[in-house]
Amino acid sequence: MIHVLGTMFRHWRRAPLQLVLLIAGLALATALWSAVQAINAEARASYGRAVERLGTGGMAALTSPEGAIALQTYVRLRRVGWQLSPVLEGTWAQGGRSVTLLGVDVLSYPGAPAMVTAAEADGSLGPLGVLTTPGVMFAHPETQAALAGLDQEAFRILPLPDLPPNLVLSDISVVEGLLNRPGQLSRILILPDQPEGLPALSVLAPRLQRSSTDDGPLGDPGRLTRSFHLNLTAFGFLSFGVGLFIVQGSITLGIEQRRGTIRTLRCLGVAMSGLMAALLLELIVLALVAGGLGLVVGYSLAGLLLPDVSATLRGLYGAPVDGTLSLRLSWVVSGLGMALAGTLLAGLQALLSLRRMGRHLSQASYATARLNRTHIWIWCLSGAGLISLGAVVLQVGSGLLAGFVFLGGLMLGSAVLLLPVLTLLLQGMRRMARSPAFQWLTADSQLQLPGLSLSLMALLLAVATNVGVGTMVSSFRMTFVDWIDQRLVADVFVEVETDAQAQAVMRWAKANDARSLPQSYSDTRLNSAPLRIYGVVDDPLSRRDWPLVRGAPDAWDQLHSAGAVFVNEQLAHRDGLQPGDRMTLGPDWSAPIAAVYSDYGNPDGQIIMSLPALRAHVPAPIVRRIGLVPTEATHPGDLGQGLARDLGISATAIRDKDMIKSLSIAVFDRTFVVTGALNILTLAVAGFAMLTSFLSQWSRRLPQLAPVWAMGVSRARLAGLELLRSLGFAVLTFACALPLGLGLAWALLNVINLEAFGWRLPMYLFPAEWVRLFLLTCLAAGLAAVVPVLRLLRLSPARLLEVFSNDRL
Amino acid sequence: MTASRSLGALILAVLMLPGLWSGAQGQGYANLGSDAAGFAVPDPGRQLQFPADHGAHPDFRVEWWYLTANLRTEAGADLGVQWTLFRSALAPNDAEGWKNPQIWMGHAAVTTATSHSYAERLGRGGIGQAGVLTDPFLAWIDDWSLTSSDDTLDDLAVTARGPGFSYDLALQQQGPLIFHGDDGYSVKSEDGQASYYYSQPSYRVTGTVTLPRGPLAVTGEAWLDREWSSQPLAPDQSGWDWFSLRFDSGEKAMGFVLRGDRGDFTSGSWIAADGTLSPLAPGEFIATPRVWSEVAGRDIPTGWQVEIPARGVSVNVAALNPEAWMGTSFSYWEGPVTVIGSHQGTGYLEMTGYGDERSSNPSDRK
Amino acid sequence: MLMSIKDLTRRYAGQNRDVLRGASFDLARGESVALTGDSGSGKSTVLHLLAALDRPDRGQILFEGTDISNLSDAAASELRRGRIALVFQQYNLVPALNVAENISLHARLGRRFDPAWTETLVRHLGLSGLLTRYPEQISGGQQQRVAIARSLAVRPDLLLADEPTGNLDETASAEVLRLMLDLVSRSGSALFLVTHSPQIAARCDRHLHLSGGQVRSAAP
Repeated sequence: MIHVLGTMFRHWRRAPLQLVLLIAGLALATALWSAVQAINAEARASYGRAVERLGTGGMAALTSPEGAIALQTYVRLRRVGWQLSPVLEGTWAQGGRSVTLLGVDVLSYPGAPAMVTAAEADGSLGPLGVLTTPGVMFAHPETQAALAGLDQEAFRILPLPDLPPNLVLSDISVVEGLLNRPGQLSRILILPDQPEGLPALSVLAPRLQRSSTDDGPLGDPGRLTRSFHLNLTAFGFLSFGVGLFIVQGSITLGIEQRRGTIRTLRCLGVAMSGLMAALLLELIVLALVAGGLGLVVGYSLAGLLLPDVSATLRGLYGAPVDGTLSLRLSWVVSGLGMALAGTLLAGLQALLSLRRMGRHLSQASYATARLNRTHIWIWCLSGAGLISLGAVVLQVGSGLLAGFVFLGGLMLGSAVLLLPVLTLLLQGMRRMARSPAFQWLTADSQLQLPGLSLSLMALLLAVATNVGVGTMVSSFRMTFVDWIDQRLVADVFVEVETDAQAQAVMRWAKANDARSLPQSYSDTRLNSAPLRIYGVVDDPLSRRDWPLVRGAPDAWDQLHSAGAVFVNEQLAHRDGLQPGDRMTLGPDWSAPIAAVYSDYGNPDGQIIMSLPALRAHVPAPIVRRIGLVPTEATHPGDLGQGLARDLGISATAIRDKDMIKSLSIAVFDRTFVVTGALNILTLAVAGFAMLTSFLSQWSRRLPQLAPVWAMGVSRARLAGLELLRSLGFAVLTFACALPLGLGLAWALLNVINLEAFGWRLPMYLFPAEWVRLFLLTCLAAGLAAVVPVLRLLRLSPARLLEVFSNDRL
Repeated sequence: MTASRSLGALILAVLMLPGLWSGAQGQGYANLGSDAAGFAVPDPGRQLQFPADHGAHPDFRVEWWYLTANLRTEAGADLGVQWTLFRSALAPNDAEGWKNPQIWMGHAAVTTATSHSYAERLGRGGIGQAGVLTDPFLAWIDDWSLTSSDDTLDDLAVTARGPGFSYDLALQQQGPLIFHGDDGYSVKSEDGQASYYYSQPSYRVTGTVTLPRGPLAVTGEAWLDREWSSQPLAPDQSGWDWFSLRFDSGEKAMGFVLRGDRGDFTSGSWIAADGTLSPLAPGEFIATPRVWSEVAGRDIPTGWQVEIPARGVSVNVAALNPEAWMGTSFSYWEGPVTVIGSHQGTGYLEMTGYGDERSSNPSDRK
Repeated sequence: MLMSIKDLTRRYAGQNRDVLRGASFDLARGESVALTGDSGSGKSTVLHLLAALDRPDRGQILFEGTDISNLSDAAASELRRGRIALVFQQYNLVPALNVAENISLHARLGRRFDPAWTETLVRHLGLSGLLTRYPEQISGGQQQRVAIARSLAVRPDLLLADEPTGNLDETASAEVLRLMLDLVSRSGSALFLVTHSPQIAARCDRHLHLSGGQVRSAAP
């Protein structure tokens, strides 16, 4: 066994490039997969830490359809015996910055120990600082820094890194004062341990709704970010799959090149089982080495990508993620396991072919597996079967998982269909070919097809993914930019801290001939989920620009004169609402739906109605932001300066439209940085896979090239044909990948996005991108053909001649 | 450790353990009845007023309504019941709403010879979750309550529940309120730390105690303590051993030992069968630990020799269940005891300050 | 008798005629036997069957009285590791190993490596100066001598050779054949070789001819 293994291994010393390719391919695949895993694990661990220390994830909560719960209700339930913890939450505008204030009762709140510890860590405060006046607040260090301008005497803010950004946590006594909501609660958490024999909450407080989890800001952030991670995992898996094609190519090549050695060893009395065992052992060693290397690369890659990912998660969901990475044993084990499993899977074909080779040891075994009609049918049927399976799951099932099953079926099925499609295409070309060289080329290509099929599938998947994801991101971006333009109706936005300030701003605007569009809202709940109701004033700009997705032409009239509401797209999708439906907003409050509008980046439900209609039910809606539209003659900048001068509003509280827009787009772009990086890497991996397949075919191709050469086709000509063949395959594959990619984009925009976020996006086509991708694909194919072509050019005639003398056993 | 537990422990550690707030000590008299933080301190000349003094005294740091009962089931099994409402103030005021600086803590327990179940409730003052009203008398936290139909403490109903137990008892007084020390002004150290302290030592009890195996009809006797102060212990004092003993002769005794580095401070009251009270001067009440048990990782004296030579008392006091550990935010031992020797009877024993673990056990005093 | 071949029949999958149809012959210790035949007559098939690389559809191959025509892969491999060795037309050296390693490989696999005997072979075959070279660095004749050395190093009971001199010029070919015959007779094993060449066949003890799937003794 040692001799056999040693002899097998000696091969790699003579073929270092191939060894490098094999290890690099496997390492790359492992790296991509494990990088994604590391990022996900890190994010999850961050949520876990936050939830464990501060959150109330998994804890049920009571909420009120009216939005607020009276403190007396809490006390009443307490006095019946229910063990509960009250929470008051609201938006607090301070120093031009608006943060979420979360007030909790530190005696009953599950996260209170972290607050006490943080207060003690400050040194100057005792543990009782959290309870004694003037009170102390806690915020993520970034948020703490952003609020540094506040009066340190009145507002003592301590760092608490477990908190999500833009959230300030404090005792409820502090928060009710700052929000000016004495005696009100936003929700009541139901603590885990309850005495036995209590009367049911539904009997005690029938008007309150019980939600199974706390969806407040410190509830489980995993709830919101699950789809993001699912996307990332799917991408990681795809990369890994594509990477395996490289490994498969390299292993096949490794066996192909050692065919002679293997046959000799058989003749020298090495049993088949021994050979297989040696090969298996070799694969395991290679997998572990490459897997280890991949983990190192994956770890650095994750470290590189994590800051962007955590910025995305914080920006998009407010989920707390550290920018730093920690090494986890489970991650190392699963990464190596994946490398091992992948290698064995990729080596399966090689091992089987070795077995076959062993059985027909004495036969002339160069008969290339030629695809016959039956094979083509089998491939066609399996491909079609996979696609229809996905479609059926999508029809029958629902949700994100069904969407991904559909995508998986579509991608895999199309990959399987690639082989028959290319065979048919090549057959057609062969029939049409005039020049004998071209005829030989197509015939030869057809013969090579089975060997190349896996790497071509990899290329197909990579190109289609690029087209699909690229189209999705670009379509989303275009839509988003348009949408943000539409949503930012006014030119200047002023953040106000109090109602009095809001009134002052509106009076000032009137005096200065500017129209004011106050954003009045009231927070409530609908079907146990948070709902924000905006009251809007009738303004021609809103009528013109507000981004409606569907709705009657007179939707705005219905809104302003008939008491109708517009609902955001995600709410419409979640609750199955349509224009024309009626929705219930409270015990004696319902309204017809006139339109659905797009509202990207917001995980929660939202509706708009006319301001008077909102006031009829909520006497004093909150106004924290006012849009101002100056007269034609006034420059928006002057308006801001005037506000700052006359009302003493800080400059940071006044933002113009362009600034908000560029900030939002920056957040958007950061979100998809990772996607873009993975896209390019996947394509690189596919190019790599092609290179290894070409190399693995090389040794088998000599006997096929030699006769052509002998018939007078020069080596340079052969090299040119070789390059042409590679490019030809790339072109054909690209031609198949483009529609698949567009299908993928459609699914991403209309299925995955809808399920994950609740919004459907229009699809735009980007032919310039396709051209770029086409050139990239050709480049990859060309590069992949370079090594074989160079070898061919430098091939000595003697080697070709040997073919004739050798081609027997 | 649950949230409320660790936070409650911190609050109570600050408020009730000596030393941590010793800065506020001793300034009381110089500061015309208030300490440095503005809390009132007991005044030996003040006459207690009822029903007002049955209620809360938010200008004092700590206060409690402390009920212990020695009960017996119809089958003749002994058991003990505890119901306590503690109040601690972060500041001497009683504002409305969440700004209220009063913290309330309820402890309830049922102790049999073989089991000890207890529970704790925490609540903020000012919102109605916990508090004490005087007319009619009502002390409550969550669904636990000690109630009267009028402004006296003569007839009370008490109820509480926790994991594995609940009880509902009716209490009827059999004698007058008694006032410890100097008409309710009870000195707690040689430096003059003191509290207001009165009791109703003789309630007759009937009611139901429910344990996991089912409801039990019980009868027996109960003792209610009322005490409030801003300076419960001297800086060197690490804890106390408190006894309430009820003898078959109809006589009763209350005695406590405050353990300090400078020696123990003992005090107590002797209550004759007719209810008349005679204070026991320092040193008159002698309690010596005899049996130590390992309870909750600590060495706790669960058997004592108690002597009041002037009254001819020399008895052995033994815990009904040595495992009567209250593992609450502020942990201590509290349980029913039986008395044999020169007098027979029952009673309750409370022991605090035995450290969080064996190594810091302050029992080195013996 | 070292080997008795009885009534061998072999037909390959996908072909519609039998390559062998009841071929029978014997091999004795110490004897050298040549098999000639036209291209495609089934010479290599006979060789593969004798080496237990292939199995006959019918018939028996008795090696020292034991039928080896239907051995398991493990048993057949065991046989090839020590008792039966092959020399091929195209040498079949392991390109990753140098000459010395190639020579000792077979003997090591069969745990029969005898450094002194190998040294003798190397000297007799004139390979002493080539031991650290790699197969592609030496000539065809040299490669063939390495292959022969490798086979003889295991001291096989039966040495099978397929056109062992096919790629060699006349002088080299005569030399290689002389060595093989010499070493076979000296070590007491048998030599069975397949060749086109009547000259080579003539130098063996016996000359068999394969035609129509059957083996006959050729005229001497």
